[in-house]
Amino acid sequence: MARIVGIDLGTTNSLVAYMADGCPRVIPGRNERTMVPSVVAMTDNGLIVGDPAKEHLTRNPERTVYSVKRFMGKGLEDVQGELAYFPYHLTEQGGVIRIKLGEKTYSPPQISAMILKELKQRAEAHLGENISKAVITVPAYFNDSQRQATKDAGMIAGLDVLRIINEPTAASLAYGLQQKTQGTIAVYDLGGGTFDISILKLKNGIFEVLATNGDTHLGGDDFDRQIADLFVTEIRAHHGLDLNAYPDHMQGVRLEAERAKIRLSDELKTTAILDLPESKGRYSRDLTRDQLESLTMELVERTLEPCRLALKDAGLTSRDIDEVVLVGGSTRMPLVRQRVQALFGKEPHCELNPDEVVALGAAVQADILSGGTTDLLLLDVTPLSLGIETMGGVMSSLIRRNTTIPASAKEMFTTYVDGQTGVDIHILQGERELVKDNRSLARFRLKVPPLPAGVPRIEVTFLIDANGILNVSARDVRTGDTQSLAVKPSYGLSDDEVERMIGESFKFAADDLKARQLIEARTEAETIIMATEKAIKQGAQLVGKEDLSSIRASMAAVEAAKSGTDHKAIRAKMADLEKATHHLAEVLMDTSLKEALENKKLSELTSKK
Amino acid sequence: MDHHTHSIAGPRELQMARSMCWHCQSEVAGEYFCDRCVKVQPVSKDLDYFTCLGFPRRLKIDQHQLEAKFYELSRAFHPDFYQNKSAAEQTISLGNSAMLNIAYRTLRDPIQRAEYLLDLEAGSVKEIRNSPPADLFEEILELQETLNEYRTAGRASETESALRVKLQSERNTLEQRQRDMEATLQQLFVEWDTLQDRGETTDQARTNRDRILKQMRENLSNRTYVKNIVNDLASTIG
Repeated sequence: MARIVGIDLGTTNSLVAYMADGCPRVIPGRNERTMVPSVVAMTDNGLIVGDPAKEHLTRNPERTVYSVKRFMGKGLEDVQGELAYFPYHLTEQGGVIRIKLGEKTYSPPQISAMILKELKQRAEAHLGENISKAVITVPAYFNDSQRQATKDAGMIAGLDVLRIINEPTAASLAYGLQQKTQGTIAVYDLGGGTFDISILKLKNGIFEVLATNGDTHLGGDDFDRQIADLFVTEIRAHHGLDLNAYPDHMQGVRLEAERAKIRLSDELKTTAILDLPESKGRYSRDLTRDQLESLTMELVERTLEPCRLALKDAGLTSRDIDEVVLVGGSTRMPLVRQRVQALFGKEPHCELNPDEVVALGAAVQADILSGGTTDLLLLDVTPLSLGIETMGGVMSSLIRRNTTIPASAKEMFTTYVDGQTGVDIHILQGERELVKDNRSLARFRLKVPPLPAGVPRIEVTFLIDANGILNVSARDVRTGDTQSLAVKPSYGLSDDEVERMIGESFKFAADDLKARQLIEARTEAETIIMATEKAIKQGAQLVGKEDLSSIRASMAAVEAAKSGTDHKAIRAKMADLEKATHHLAEVLMDTSLKEALENKKLSELTSKK
Repeated sequence: MDHHTHSIAGPRELQMARSMCWHCQSEVAGEYFCDRCVKVQPVSKDLDYFTCLGFPRRLKIDQHQLEAKFYELSRAFHPDFYQNKSAAEQTISLGNSAMLNIAYRTLRDPIQRAEYLLDLEAGSVKEIRNSPPADLFEEILELQETLNEYRTAGRASETESALRVKLQSERNTLEQRQRDMEATLQQLFVEWDTLQDRGETTDQARTNRDRILKQMRENLSNRTYVKNIVNDLASTIG
């Protein structure tokens, strides 16, 4: 079976990992860093992703997307309260948020797909093979729409998503594999944008999730905001400047707030410095860990209630927990560690890098799916109750939260009126009594043969698969016929739209690759020209006139090719230039070697003194 | 999917279909896998949860044995292990896992287990009680009144704290009531299991069986009623 990689598609950073000889490994990029910032920027030369895109956050804020995970599976009304924080323009179409970048709009799954493609290419370059299958992680508390959106993103990126797994459970796999742990563990996962708590029982290789809870809108981003808001308020008061009018500076504030927060995990005091617009000079401020903690105390407290609820659902108390595991970059904050330790009465584990552990676990799950590991099995649960709308706007629960998945429920439907030919079904997810307080997932119309009221019997099966994604099927009990259902998601892309996006993605992939190769060739050409100029300055007197003029001619040829759009032509001219400079390079090498040797002698002499 | 043919087939044919391997058509001697071609077999939708997990219809179940069986069957059926198999096997794996999970969830909890058994044996759906059990009628009426008073009383007022004390003592009484009912239920569970173990088919045994089931039903619905009141109380007074 083809290799399956494990992907952690995070709010702030994303990673890809694979299994090598029974050990999961994160794949580093060319810059040796394992994390790809989940940032996508639209530049004049096309779309760029990751570290280079991060530089555009302050340069080009309106066209640089970050934290797109917050918008997955959501409508515009879900994020009304925080629109002001995002410098890029959001709209809505068909119940799905759209992000406007230049002339085009993109859905969150499309932006996520760009990050996934970057990870896919990284894995392909590292492993030297084509990668088409992946396990992707999501927050445990993600609802059906958010999971489906993640799966769509994978498809748009050209990946066959074999499994969506929950981040805290993935982390437990990585830990369990390493330590052969047994007993009851609590995984506290506070990432860039989401919070999850999962309680698991580990026994003989089975990882059984007992309960899960969380908040899909609480994470490091919110901590940064508290600090950023303080800076903005003070700048307004002391410098008379409203930074909200300067999106590039707002991004600068956000990034400086994040850096200050990170520094305060190791230090007790730090200084935040920001250059202000309109020649208003600089804003500089000392921030202590105490101050940070009073700013973020309330947010940290907000994570504790889901922990208590998860314990209650698992039928346990904190005394029953044998181990506590910390996951996610935000758990590096000392305040978080203290509060978690106080709640569970145990010192939490953080041996594995909290930024990498989820990707490592995803690689373990990938290995299980490919048949490489047979002694481990993860039994996860659905985080939210699933139900349908009944009379009076009340939700009737069919599958309770924390039910082990796959899980299914059957419901029989009939008619109230003679000759009625359809029954409308509204599917919901949530814990509240009333329909309006729960999340609408989808609607569909059940086709019924025209018969007297109460005679038709249509059995609908609601099945939550191992990805936590709902599948619905219907069967006429009298005839045994199954019917295909056109389920319309409330907050998701339609199948047609996903198909179209996959097509576009392939079309653009060719364009993107060309653009990327051109940018890379141009950059390298610039570097080689600069190096050659420097070499001429140093060694023009060491080579003949003929050599020099052929070098100059080759440089001109590279310059000319560089202004064209053919990356192959640029590379060919670069190869010519390299040939032309061969002799010069050799001569320079000899001289520098001699110099180096002489310097060495000199230094030996001086050291002997 | 081939299982909708089951529901239109008669019981005899259904039995036939069950005993044939869907893949190699040989007679399946194995419990969950064909003995000849080793393909996973669909767990029949008509199988009850007890049979599915390999337990007799008893109300006392050893939790460790139940868990061990659940883990064993999870390893046999879970979709994770069918990723490289045919689409038909993947469908069976998904259906079997879903069935196993609901079976385990139901049998793991003694109350749900009893309600399920009652449903199997007496063939009726769970009875939802709207009025209080007769012996609690007066008490519950009074409690509802106190609750209403408490809800309308001013925050931190004297009336509120007095009512809170009263409600707290009511809550203790009701919780004790719930525990008593659960103790009675335990006795009925033992009676049921003993009767089943004896396996008699006398008229006496049949009368006994019906009596136990009837008492169990009453007890279960009274307990649910009381439990809901206690939960309501708990969420009101905190």
